[in-house]
Amino acid sequence: MTNTWQDIKNANVVIVMGGNAAEAHPCGFKWVIEAKIENGAKLVVVDPRFTRTASVADYYAPIRPGTDIAFLSGVIRYLLEKDAIQHEYVRAYTNASLIVKDGFAFEDGLFSGYNEETHSYDKSSWDYQLDEQGFAISDDTWQNPRCVINLLKQHVARYTPEMVSRICGTPQDKFLHICGLIASTAAPDKAMTSLFALGWTQHSVGAQNIRTMAMVQLLLGNIGVAGGGMNALRGHSNIQGLTDIGLLSNQMPGYLNLPTDKETSFDEYMKTKLFKPLRPGQTSYWQNYRKFVVSLQKALYGDAATQENNWAYDWLPKLDVPLYDIIRAFEMMNNGQMTGYICQGFNPLQAFPDRGKIRRGLSKLKFLVTMDPLDTETSRFWQDFGPQNPAKSAEIQTEVFQLPTTCFAEENGSLVNSARWLQWHWKAAEGPGQAMSDIWIMSGIFHRMRELYRKEGGAFPDPLLNLTWKYTDPVSPDPEELAKEMNGRALADLTDPATGAVATKAGTLLDGFAQLRDDGTTASGCWIFSGCFTEKGNQMARRDATDPREQGIAPNWAWAWPANRRILYNRASADPDGKPWNPAKPVISWNGSRWVGIDVPDYGPTVKPSDGVGPFIMNAEGMGRLFARDLMAEGPFPEHYEPLESPVENVLHPKVKSNPAARVFADDRAAFGSPKNFPYVATTYRLTEHFHYWTKHALINAILQPEEFIEIGEVLAKEKGIEQGGWVKVSSKRGEVVCKAYVTKRIKPLTVDGRPTHVIGVPIHWGFTGQARKGYGANTLTPSVGDANTQTPEFKAFLVNVEKTKAPAA
Amino acid sequence: MTRPANAITRYTVVNRVNHWITAICFVLLTLSGLSMFHPILFFLSDLFGGGQWTRAVHPWIGIMLLVSYSGLIIQFWRENLVHKDDIAWMKSIGYVVTNDEEHVPEVGRNNAGQKMVFWSMTLLIPVLFFSGLVIWEVYFGAATSIPVQRVAVLIHSMAAIAAIIVWVVHVYAAIWIRNSVRAMTQGYVTPGWAWRHHRKWLRELAAGQHDKRTIRKHP
Amino acid sequence: MSDLQSQDYVRRSASTMTPPAARSHEDQVAKLIDVSRCIGCKACQSACMEWNNLRPEIGYFEGSYENPADLGPSVWTLMKFAEYENEQGNLEWLIRKDGCMHCEDPGCLKACPAPGAIVQYANGIVDFISDKCIGCGYCVKGCPFDIPRISKQDHKSYKCTLCSDRVAVGLEPACVKACPTGAIMFGSKTDMKDWAGERIEELKSRGFDKAGLYDPPEVGGTHVMYVLHHADKPSLYSGLPDKPRISPVVGAWKGIIKPLAVIGIAFAALAGFFHAITIGPNEVTDEDEVEGERVLHEAESEKSP
Repeated sequence: MTNTWQDIKNANVVIVMGGNAAEAHPCGFKWVIEAKIENGAKLVVVDPRFTRTASVADYYAPIRPGTDIAFLSGVIRYLLEKDAIQHEYVRAYTNASLIVKDGFAFEDGLFSGYNEETHSYDKSSWDYQLDEQGFAISDDTWQNPRCVINLLKQHVARYTPEMVSRICGTPQDKFLHICGLIASTAAPDKAMTSLFALGWTQHSVGAQNIRTMAMVQLLLGNIGVAGGGMNALRGHSNIQGLTDIGLLSNQMPGYLNLPTDKETSFDEYMKTKLFKPLRPGQTSYWQNYRKFVVSLQKALYGDAATQENNWAYDWLPKLDVPLYDIIRAFEMMNNGQMTGYICQGFNPLQAFPDRGKIRRGLSKLKFLVTMDPLDTETSRFWQDFGPQNPAKSAEIQTEVFQLPTTCFAEENGSLVNSARWLQWHWKAAEGPGQAMSDIWIMSGIFHRMRELYRKEGGAFPDPLLNLTWKYTDPVSPDPEELAKEMNGRALADLTDPATGAVATKAGTLLDGFAQLRDDGTTASGCWIFSGCFTEKGNQMARRDATDPREQGIAPNWAWAWPANRRILYNRASADPDGKPWNPAKPVISWNGSRWVGIDVPDYGPTVKPSDGVGPFIMNAEGMGRLFARDLMAEGPFPEHYEPLESPVENVLHPKVKSNPAARVFADDRAAFGSPKNFPYVATTYRLTEHFHYWTKHALINAILQPEEFIEIGEVLAKEKGIEQGGWVKVSSKRGEVVCKAYVTKRIKPLTVDGRPTHVIGVPIHWGFTGQARKGYGANTLTPSVGDANTQTPEFKAFLVNVEKTKAPAA
Repeated sequence: MTRPANAITRYTVVNRVNHWITAICFVLLTLSGLSMFHPILFFLSDLFGGGQWTRAVHPWIGIMLLVSYSGLIIQFWRENLVHKDDIAWMKSIGYVVTNDEEHVPEVGRNNAGQKMVFWSMTLLIPVLFFSGLVIWEVYFGAATSIPVQRVAVLIHSMAAIAAIIVWVVHVYAAIWIRNSVRAMTQGYVTPGWAWRHHRKWLRELAAGQHDKRTIRKHP
Repeated sequence: MSDLQSQDYVRRSASTMTPPAARSHEDQVAKLIDVSRCIGCKACQSACMEWNNLRPEIGYFEGSYENPADLGPSVWTLMKFAEYENEQGNLEWLIRKDGCMHCEDPGCLKACPAPGAIVQYANGIVDFISDKCIGCGYCVKGCPFDIPRISKQDHKSYKCTLCSDRVAVGLEPACVKACPTGAIMFGSKTDMKDWAGERIEELKSRGFDKAGLYDPPEVGGTHVMYVLHHADKPSLYSGLPDKPRISPVVGAWKGIIKPLAVIGIAFAALAGFFHAITIGPNEVTDEDEVEGERVLHEAESEKSP
């Protein structure tokens, strides 16, 4: 979230698209209701199904799964055509005026630089024209046809309301009505918030879905303001923390990149991370990258990380592929390239696509270690549970170690919520049985591994042997100690460069990442968390709900990264002169000498408005990007590509149907179905009553939603002779699910490219362990392909067939 | 059992046992039913071990009543068939209540009043039974809709009241017509009793139109 | 659930005595369910199960999000989902939390034959006192909203208590506390009506011309009220009765029939009594015996050879 849960109440329009906030985030959804009641907000829902969010919406429109970019590109076209954009904002705070290189082009569905063999782009043409000093050239008059805004206009020209309707199946009048509602927030004192979740990320074009809406928000001047923003509603209580702390295979804590095998030295690595400003005088905060990396290395390796060994750069793993995501991991298991798997707090047999492939992969392992508070399906993959898990135990040689762990209520620690708040929580109960904390288990594995390496040597023991482990209790480090390590401390007396006086004594906890150094005198395990646990104490444990102006900032409740900022890019809430766009809901403003307000400025606190420093301080040009440069895999502008399994051709460019930059393994491609055999569009989702595959283990949740089902529209059900609550078989090329049918008015056939298109909804929650009734699991059906940037699997749009059937054998 | 030499058997052992089972059931049902009917009579439920027991036992006694009363129907339906004499009897009801039976046409085995009791119960007991089934929560609570149950409970209570009134009449008549009770306890009446209340029946007996065992051999 | 607050009763089932009325100064409470804010998340259902320690059986999928399938002895509240296509052809998913309405004039209490098994507190809450319940199911018949359910295990009737145990110590009902969107509010009935008024205005401003409060006067008003977008058609919300009233059949059964019965039975008994003391018994006379014997003799002798 750029903003906070509470801040949603300041919105004038709430658009829920690519998510189902009421069902998946019922507690946070109270702020949407608050916005409606206290701020007269309009709630708009765009979803393939009429969801529980839609049930309280002011306006609902259906959309075919996987066509959000077409819809939103149509919105951009509408905004530009009707000139319903916030001009001053767009001119001052976005890269609309910057001129794009001449080599950049878009033709027949492909951007310039495409390599058909590698399914990837040479992105060198996706950039600005630079002047002699290396600054991007700008045309504030927008006369130059190559300036971003004109290229964008040209790019979205194809997305007429007719075309949007033809692709998305959304009736034109509904689409235009929503355009009007969105456009109403172009006024400087109006804001729209975009609430989204896996409905956007779980597509082969997931990142671009979000990007398209971010562009809409930039054009409307809705980023950085109260009640605005791009608000990703995180599904797991700590999934924000997972990404923050770098648990993705290509990242390190604080969104630092893991080196690639081409970056053979620290200097080589840093060359691509200099972040020289692209416009004069810009902050380009990533210029401090080196400080963050060196401080991280000092946290990891302590005294062993020195100037001489390049801060232990060689001990970091180097990627030979863009990332080792889960889809790749299971591909490797299936190929016999990965033979051991420590599965911590994860249930891939339920959670990852193409369940059959997951089961086959697990079956080829030498060992599987599961660490989980629950008896997961993954840890029982080898056991025959009937048609829901037809494993042949005798043929599986995988040795499975099931390690029970404590859950969040049985340990101290912090969780990072969607609004980037680190909230400390306290242990409420002892773990049951032999459950131990993840920290204890990981420490144990570490100590034993290190001992083995110490005794037996090994190919490259240095990273393990040199890891610093100076905890009071090395067997089970205290969560507070770990938090302090992430916050960081001074390793030597830090002097103020201006006065030369000692500003921070050696050994003290840092107040924030501004104090980090690249000379090895500071350590911080996660630079963005710096400030969470200072000499003043555990900031995450703060519980002062005082809320100045009652605008949902509550600055003394817990602690938000970065630097306790609640609304990112909040400099953009004020006009170039520093006056709030919306005087009724100011966030920060310039008082003549400094930036003041209810939030911590996301900006130099004394940088004058006249200095022309852009509000998007992390970006090298200081501006919000309508043109993404080389940061996206499939293009600097979003483009509609069909899901990998789609019932129709891409009417915009039949030759390039789906995401050209998507990575698809050959066996996965062979497992894609065609609309001939699998004529219906399916989408998977969650229900309020359950959390993923966990709560089916809890009796009350199992009572509230006991049994697997799919949702099917009345028209298709009638065509197929399917009765309300009757048994159906839903099949894709990868497998089948036999479950009950919910015949509903809430899914209607969509007219896509002139033909009726039926959507089938597949809730995901049931498996074969736990208290609820046994189910096949939605991932039996889903295709193994991910977003081209993140490899998040395409769970939201694929093809199935559906037939009436009988109950499966017990 | 000591009975006079000239006794006439009015009710056989089977008749009597059957009647008294019915009577006991009826009384129990009345007591338990009334306790659930009107708050001022809820104390009656204590006779059955409290409200829960009363509620639980009442329908089972009802089943016993139906079975038992079916026995009475089988035994007595023929002699309660309505006859044109009954109309004459009804017309002279004023003499009946004033004990002036000499002005009442001769009565067969049962008079019209007795027949009315019989047929009333024959009608009311099945009505009570079936309406009772509908509101027998434990087993049939879900078998019918609530509106149906509401009607059933109304019918059940009205039928019960009617039955109780009939029963009151029946009991009083038994007390009023002296030695009737003995007929149902010891089974016999005297020739004089038969002469006074059921003269036509006596004549039929005398004419041997009934079972020989009804009248003891004259000494 | 408890009988310890007897001084707070204003009504008591099957009782011939008037409850103590000294404590008259108590606010009437009400729960206000604003269906326009409800997202059908069932947090209220789980909170109800948690607080009241209710755990119904794990059921089956039965063609809707409604689970368990019905109210039950251990299901005191249930989200009901109705798919409704309005006049404009747009879908509305009308989600309503079902449960006891706590009528001001409770049909269950009226129908109950067990003294004190159903009571109404001065604050308006209608409560079942389990130890007095006899399990007859009359409350089921008395209720205009189809709420009470009889347990097959213990043969007692159960329904929402409006968390009378929590309310008694100044807490809000569990469902109210758990509701994430503030769709369930609790307070004095006056306050709730005022708040409902604001909500209705707001709904009207959003085009729900028929928005209104559901507080049916036919049962004297209820202590659980709804804000409905379509207050003109409550039955759209999974059969919420348009005009709930205690059935006239129940009214007759619990009303006129009772005195009629007493009168009828008493009349019959009294008639007998007065007959006995005025006209007296009908006894067999000696002449009767002679006549009787005579008839038998004659017959005997006719038959004798």
